[in-house]
Amino acid sequence: MDVFSDPANRDVYITGFLWILKLTLAGGAGALILGVLLAAMRVSPVPVLRGFGTAWVNIFRNTPLTLIIFFCYFGLFSTLGFSIADDIDLNNFWLGVVGLSVYTAAFVCEAIRSGINTVPPGQAEAARAIGMSFRQTLTMIVLPQAGRAVIAPLGSILIALCKNSTIVGTIGLMESSNAMKDLINANGNAVIAIFLVFAGTFAVVLIPTGYAFGWLAGRLAVKR
Amino acid sequence: MRITRLAATLGALTMALAVAACGGDDEGTGSGSTAKGIEGKAASGKLVIGVKADQPGLGLQSGSTYTGFDVEIGKIIAKGLGVPESGIEWKTTVSANREPYIQQGQVDLVVATYTINDERKKVVNFAGPYFIAGQDLLVPTDSTLTGPESLAGKRVCSVSGSTPAKRIQEEHKDAKLQQFDTYSKCVTALAGGQVDAVTTDDIILAGYAAQEQYAGKFKVVGKPFSEEPYGIGLKKDDTAGCNKINDILKAAATDGSYKKAWDDTLGKSGTPAPELDASKLSNCA
Repeated sequence: MDVFSDPANRDVYITGFLWILKLTLAGGAGALILGVLLAAMRVSPVPVLRGFGTAWVNIFRNTPLTLIIFFCYFGLFSTLGFSIADDIDLNNFWLGVVGLSVYTAAFVCEAIRSGINTVPPGQAEAARAIGMSFRQTLTMIVLPQAGRAVIAPLGSILIALCKNSTIVGTIGLMESSNAMKDLINANGNAVIAIFLVFAGTFAVVLIPTGYAFGWLAGRLAVKR
Repeated sequence: MRITRLAATLGALTMALAVAACGGDDEGTGSGSTAKGIEGKAASGKLVIGVKADQPGLGLQSGSTYTGFDVEIGKIIAKGLGVPESGIEWKTTVSANREPYIQQGQVDLVVATYTINDERKKVVNFAGPYFIAGQDLLVPTDSTLTGPESLAGKRVCSVSGSTPAKRIQEEHKDAKLQQFDTYSKCVTALAGGQVDAVTTDDIILAGYAAQEQYAGKFKVVGKPFSEEPYGIGLKKDDTAGCNKINDILKAAATDGSYKKAWDDTLGKSGTPAPELDASKLSNCA
């Protein structure tokens, strides 16, 4: 463990996990917004929107995240010149957030759609009967109930997203997996210790997250 | 009831870890003495040699064959130890797994642009150096970059966790460092103009510059700003094997096989064969 007594090494470790945290938060926010929009599209009465939502989910849910992130750098940035920030790390970070959001949104969309299926059809019918539009029915009646039903699955998606964030290392962000490689390369004699600390940090952060979502789901579930 | 179960689980985990730790130690010290190090292993007619797989001119894998200067050096050593070429098993190593591979006995030797330094000497033994490289810059042919001091504000690419990347971070803080997991990605980014330079050891860069698809596009600046003695990594306690490899290298320098290895690989880029300085060979701690 004396690897981590060196402040330079501790810096590498902390920076790595700060990037993971930022990626998770930004990617999660992006994925939630996109995912809700996609779910709305998939249940909407407009065939074009339904088709778009279905296509998105099927394409991005079935493409390896590594490829998506790789494309964000070498496709969007390298080839198409789509640059988000001047600073190298920030640019890689935002390209990573785009990739993570696009990918995770597909899963969020499917979770929310399954939540919508738990809302009895009578609820929507009643809303339509009193003259609410599709948008009003969805945002005021269906989604609030669906949302409470999908807290636990959304928690799983968030946990997966947090771990998936390490893939942004492939385009050069010094997140935890690159930080770990950095430390291991310089301290070949402490591989197991370094690995345990990095893996342990994920466990320490994510196990309570899982319990928190479970607790929240229990609290907010619609009792029927 | 629940507490006992928890305690039992924790106990089992601790034991598993303890066993894992012991296993590591055993392999680190034990097998060296039983197998008499590299020479003992060579007596069986087989050797596992770790090389890089993505460095043109040094260690490059295409299909199941490896080519390059490091690979030729590996062949010379195997021959000197009495192992036929058919008895060599090549294994791809990346920068980060070289020490663990040696320690765990996954490879017997590592000839993979392996810079000798004090940190690494704590865990592995080094024979050689068989070549002394220097960190340099690869830039587009029309670039005005002249060396590390002109890097301020420029984007430089290197491999995350490597010695060259670390040097840029520590000694040239005003340069912007883009890190990838392979140099090929760096070279792609250089070709696309996302970075202004790629930095690592000069001969690695020369290997990339000499690749067909980039012919005439890149140049190596030619002002090395570090000294990277490439060594051959083997187990920490294998002093005899280390001395033996140094002898083989010395012999290779005099009988011309060292020069031939160079001419067949990196020599194709036009650089004349370096002199192998026998006085610089390590004393195999």
